[in-house]
Formats: sequence, C-alpha cells, structure tokens
Amino acid sequence: MTDATHLQELPLIGRPPRPSALSNALVFGWRAVLKFKHVPEQLFDLVMTPIMFTLLFTFVFGGALAGSPGQYLQFFLPGILVQTVMFNAVYSGMGLSTDLGKGLFDRFRSLPIWPLAPFAGLMVGDILRHLISGSIILAIGLILGYRPEAGLLGVLAAFAMLVATGFGMGWIFIVLGLLIRTPTTVMTLGFTFLFPLVFASNIMVDPGTMPAWLRTFVDVNPISLMTSALRGLMGGGTTFGEIALALIAPVALTAILAPTTLWLYLRR
Amino acid sequence: MRMLATLARPDAGAATVMGHDLVQAPHEVRASIAMTGQFASLDEDLTGRENLMLLARLWGFRSRAAKARAADLLAAFGLSEAATKQVKDYSGGMRRRLDIAASLIVTPDVLFLDEPTTGLDPKARKDVWGMIRGLADSGVTILLTTQYLEEADQLAARIAVIDHGKKIADGTSRELKAATGSGVLHVALADPARLEEAAGILEQRLGHAVQRSTEGAELSILAGTANSANEALAVLISTGIELSDFSMGQPSLDEVFFALTGQPSLGEGRKDGK
Repeated sequence: MTDATHLQELPLIGRPPRPSALSNALVFGWRAVLKFKHVPEQLFDLVMTPIMFTLLFTFVFGGALAGSPGQYLQFFLPGILVQTVMFNAVYSGMGLSTDLGKGLFDRFRSLPIWPLAPFAGLMVGDILRHLISGSIILAIGLILGYRPEAGLLGVLAAFAMLVATGFGMGWIFIVLGLLIRTPTTVMTLGFTFLFPLVFASNIMVDPGTMPAWLRTFVDVNPISLMTSALRGLMGGGTTFGEIALALIAPVALTAILAPTTLWLYLRR
Repeated sequence: MRMLATLARPDAGAATVMGHDLVQAPHEVRASIAMTGQFASLDEDLTGRENLMLLARLWGFRSRAAKARAADLLAAFGLSEAATKQVKDYSGGMRRRLDIAASLIVTPDVLFLDEPTTGLDPKARKDVWGMIRGLADSGVTILLTTQYLEEADQLAARIAVIDHGKKIADGTSRELKAATGSGVLHVALADPARLEEAAGILEQRLGHAVQRSTEGAELSILAGTANSANEALAVLISTGIELSDFSMGQPSLDEVFFALTGQPSLGEGRKDGK
C-alpha cells in the first residue's frame, strides 16, 4: 500500500506569530481565486445568462423598443451590467449556503482568525466575478456596436460603481445564505426577490410608458438609481447627485447587514 | 464538544480549556485546540495540498512555510500521491485522514475528535486508530467521542459514559469493568430446549439479567465473583443441564454499558474517552 501513514515522522510545531485581519482576508481571497481555477464552469453560468439577455433584447425587442437594435444596445448595456452583478450576488449566497452545510465553516470558526475574514474572502471572489463577467458583457457590447461616449475613464468609473453596488447588494444574499440551509432555496428566494426589482426598473425600458403607480416604484427602485448612474458614467453627463443617490442603497445595506452577518455567523 | 471548541455557546455552566475560559477568552481557546467533526470539513473543490495550505496560511505561515508544512502533513498521512487531486475525488478514508491532518497544522494542546471513524470501513478505521495512538503518544491530549464502545476500549485512557445527555460513569476501561463485577460468565448448553430453565437458575443465583446470544443456546451473565460463578455452574450441573462449554471473561464495554444503563437491549449510548 502506498498510503501507509508515517505519523512518527511528523514534526510537532508551534504556531507562528498571529496574522493580521487583512492577511486572513487575503488568504480567503486566494481561496476564491483557486475556485475559479478548479471550477471554471461557474463563470460559464454567470456569463451565459447576461449574454443571452443582451442578444435577445437587442435583436428581438431592440428595434421595437428603441427604433433600432443599435440604439437600444446603447440604452440597454449599462443596465444589463447592473443585472449581471445582481444575479452574480445570488450565486455567491448559494455558495455560502453550500459551504455552511458541509462543516467547512466549523473549521474556520474554530481557528483563531478574524471572524469576518471568510466573508471578506467571499467578497473578493464576488468582486472578481463582477469584473470578469462585466468585462465579457462590455466586450460583446463593443463588438455589437456599443460606444461608451464618456471614454475609458467613464468605463473605469462605471466599473468601480458596479463593484460598489455589487458589494452592497451582496450582503442581502450572504444573509440569506446564512439563514437558509439549502442552496437551491437561497437561489429561488434570491431570484424571487430580484426579478421584480430588476424588471420593474429602467434597465430594459424607459419607464415613461408605465402606469403612474408603477413609475413611482421604478423611480425609487435602487436598481433604477444604479442603472441611471451607470448610464451617466458610461454615456457622459452624469451628476454628483445621481451617483450619490445610486450609492445610498449599497452603503445602507453594508452598514446594516455587515454587523447582522457577523451576529448571525457567531451565534450559529 | 461544539461548546468546548467555541462553536456553540454554553446555556449554563462554565468550562476552561488549557486554563482559558470558553466564554471570556474564546480566541485563546481556539489557539490551543483543533477539532475534527463527523463530516470532513474540507473544501471539495480544492486539492488536498491547497486545503492544507489554506489553513496553514490562515494560521499565519508565509507561503513557503505553508507549502512545506502541507508537504510534511501529506507525507505523514500517506497522501503525497493524492496531493494534487481535488478532495471530491478522495475516498472516505482519505478524506478523514486529510481532515485530521488539517487539525494538526499547528500541533494543538488538545485535539477534539467527534466520532472520527463513523462511516469508515474496518481497514480505514484501523488506520485512524493507529494515527490517534501515535498522536496521543506524542503528547497531544485527545478528547474523542464515539458510538463504538470497542473504539473507546481500544483507544481511551479515561472513559466517560454519557447516556441521554448525562454522564453516568467515568474512569479507566479497567475501572469501569471492575465496577460492574469481576467478570462475565458465558455458558453454552448442549440442549437448547433447556435454555429458559438454565437462564432462570442463573438469574436467581447471580442476581443479574441474563443476555441470550442471537444463536440461542448461549447465555451470558455478570458474575460478582469467581466463586459465585462456580456455585451457579454447580447448580446447573446438579439439575442435569449439560453444558457444552463455559468460560469466565472480563466484561466487554458493551456489557458494562448495559449494566450501567440498566438496558438489556441496544440503547442509545455515547462515550467520551481521553
């Protein structure tokens, strides 16, 4: 047998100096990167849906909605980026629920590390996912004829905004992941919550034709605010107020849900 | 056990691990313990080496030291060849070994093992036992829970028997056995038809409940002393019941457990050994 154990040869060692919280978080980020290496399929899932949405809306509905597919793409692309980031966040909640079900977090919790580090790592993974899938969508948009009028700087600012909103909204699904034991339930609940928010927004159409009661909702829907800010950043002509409005929800969610996450995690 | 590993808060009472209070100083407790649960707490998507490196780096080892420690552990646990395989492709025994290896990145003062052999085949179980003995010999205090009384008998220096959440006895294996009497009398009858008659005589003579083996013609009963066992046998023979075999043995821990809980049949039992 090749798998005989040689325990007597194992040197006993003490622990090294206690690592910083940042170092702990970076190690979890490294774990997220390893996951991309070993499970590249996860990116496929994340990117296929938005690609299909982009193509479907641009070529099937685009002409009817905005006169021509090209004009519609110009309107739709910033919105689909927001939608992609939101859907990505649901998958991250599912991943957390899976990890928790397997006892992996028990190991992390019995280690002398910064308690929030596993979540910081999760966030690092999320941000990478947002950037990768965002870039793919943008590349497809550029191929199909989308032109960001605000140029490279505008696009970079838009991606920074995208990551910030993804980070803020991500807490919702992390809390769901902590509360719900079955990953598929996290997904179902997550999408049930997201679908009305995404569709009753200005991502796909100008809310001008909607009934007044719905328009009231669409106007205050955080997803609409984010989409407007992103459109402004990429297309030019954004205002400081627009960006501030878009950041209200992510900042508020982080302020409320980050401590909730810690509390839920520690009392489990 | 989850409480002692700071995973659950105690509702009442207090405990210290290596002098650190669980509630007051959880971080210090975590620094001196390691825990391996019933289910492998590994990342299935990562390789064996990456799992160990991840934990080593969380402990604060730099990249190079983490790699070296992971290699040492993989070699010590016979997993070098599987180092670059994803854990989801590991067998049950390999997972368990990797899981225990993951608890030993920094040699803990106290190692908690929660039913480490549940669900393993006999060979893998023997491997894990060997590993646990090796660790105990190297000076690590081990707190192990198990449903298998045989396992506690094999491994534990001190055993606490827990029944329905209450500790009902503790001591060494020998002490526990001695506390229930000097031994067990096993009797096999030549004529199975007289089993009940024989059981009646033994119970009356020795004052304990008889256990009938599944095969039917064998009886086991706790005997206070060798003398009383001898007398009971003499009565059996004088009544004309023919014995095909008899022996006097140390009670197994199973028998001790039944004697302690007063349950003649298989009950819910759990043991902690150290």
